[in-house]
Amino acid sequence: MAAESDVTAPTSRSPISAPMSRTPDAETGLPSETDPPREGGGPITGPEPIVRFESVGMRYGRAPEVLQDVSFELQPGSFHFLTGPSGAGKSSLLKLIYLAHRPSRGRVSLFGRDVLSVPRRETPALRRRIGVVFQEYRLLDHLSAFDNAALPLRLAGLKPASYQGDVAELLTWVGLGRRFNALPPTLAGGEKQRLAIARAVVGRPDLLLADEPTGNIDRQMGLRILRLLTELNRLGTTILVASHDPDLVARSGMPVMEMDKGRLTWRQGSAP
Amino acid sequence: MTKKPDDDAAPRWRPAPLLPRDPAQDILLVFVTGVLCFFACVAVIAALAASRAAGGWTAQLKDSATVLVRPVGDESADTAAGRAAATLGGVKGVAEARVLEKDKAEALVEPWLGPAAQVADLPLPRLVTVQFDAKPPSPTSGQLSAALKSAGVDAVVDDHSRWIGDIVRAGAAARIAALAAAALIALAASAVIAFATRAGLAARHEIVEVLHLAGAEDRAIVRLFQDRLAELAALAGALGGAAAALVAAMVRLMGGADGLTPVLPIAWSDLLAVLACPLIAAAVAAVATRITAARMVGGLP
Repeated sequence: MAAESDVTAPTSRSPISAPMSRTPDAETGLPSETDPPREGGGPITGPEPIVRFESVGMRYGRAPEVLQDVSFELQPGSFHFLTGPSGAGKSSLLKLIYLAHRPSRGRVSLFGRDVLSVPRRETPALRRRIGVVFQEYRLLDHLSAFDNAALPLRLAGLKPASYQGDVAELLTWVGLGRRFNALPPTLAGGEKQRLAIARAVVGRPDLLLADEPTGNIDRQMGLRILRLLTELNRLGTTILVASHDPDLVARSGMPVMEMDKGRLTWRQGSAP
Repeated sequence: MTKKPDDDAAPRWRPAPLLPRDPAQDILLVFVTGVLCFFACVAVIAALAASRAAGGWTAQLKDSATVLVRPVGDESADTAAGRAAATLGGVKGVAEARVLEKDKAEALVEPWLGPAAQVADLPLPRLVTVQFDAKPPSPTSGQLSAALKSAGVDAVVDDHSRWIGDIVRAGAAARIAALAAAALIALAASAVIAFATRAGLAARHEIVEVLHLAGAEDRAIVRLFQDRLAELAALAGALGGAAAALVAAMVRLMGGADGLTPVLPIAWSDLLAVLACPLIAAAVAAVATRITAARMVGGLP
């Protein structure tokens, strides 16, 4: 492949319908009924929310609470934005969801399970159902872009031959088709961000969390990323995006959760 | 975009190691662990040689006895010794009883009395050396004393049992000391490896955290460090073992079958002991790393 530009046009086929750990249905791209049970808690049935916070508080060490009495639910297949000023607690809220931190009070449920009651041996499977785009990317500097993007599939124990084509296609779609072998320190800020997004969505997670996913990329690429997220959402992934970008939030038309001083309010969309 | 997924880099792609190499730390760790493995192997070879020396001496002493003959009445010392040898030669289980020549007996006391001493004027008792049959049972000192008494010979039988006991105890002590040294060195090596694991985990904390949050099992993360450290320890074990074998081979070549000193008669077969060193080093490293890494990874949320 020799794209003229570093940023290539999207393919007609969705790059996120292919990179799956489960056998896709030929027509819908969704897992077929013959797929094995999902990891981390079994199938989602009925209206069980993907994420449920009940009067949750969180603090770092003995510091004052950074989250106070936060309650909300994310229903399967929903798409929300999380906004608020710096220090409002957006990243802390996301940390609770991707299990990087535990609540100091209240109850956090993921996929119908109280995170504090999930045995440690089962949390990796739970985490593999969550894709995360970290604000600071958190790419592995010694691994190529290709290896970074393939990481979730590799950790899921899949054979490289079963996913390398999908990883290549996804990387190409996010405009990194010519940077497969590049190490993250050699990538520009926007490229790193796109790589982080590719890594988060490559396993087609049930829940995608993105912390400022368009913070370092141009508007055109930001819209493409939004389209990618929308398509992922259309395929069934629940999405929560923390963003400072009012244009992106407005353009999406999705419900907005607003945070201020560790408390959550709802600016748009249905109340919890 | 018309790129086919398997073009260019993808078909050639092989997953890269999840843990980056750290040549500076790796070399240091291999050097320190290799030196420890060298000393451990030297200790084990020394234990084997000391054990062999003690065994050899014990066997020699067990197969013989020394009889001190005192002349009775007007009988000359030579005659009394001759009678004692003849009597002992007839005891069942004795292969040979021989009067120790006078000059050899005098040579035995020379270290204490000095070369200028007029030992010829001294009433030195005569000695009879008794060699037992290789096939047990050997006669006891009591049986030998009884035979001499019935023949009217005034003699004291020394079956070397006191010396044998001392040698057996000394050999066992040397063996235990050498093996204890090897065990202590192994412990020191495991401590070094544990420190290296902690340093490695601290230096790669970001990687560990990303893997953890991406859904890697704790044991998979531990395994990354365990395999890496075990691999390095195996290399260190091979290098340290080879160096120890080289030194032992030089000692063997310089000293012959008896070694440089009679205390360490190194045999070529002793050198085979170092073959286990890489495996033992890898096993020790794997256990030390597993315990250390599991504790640290277990501390992640």
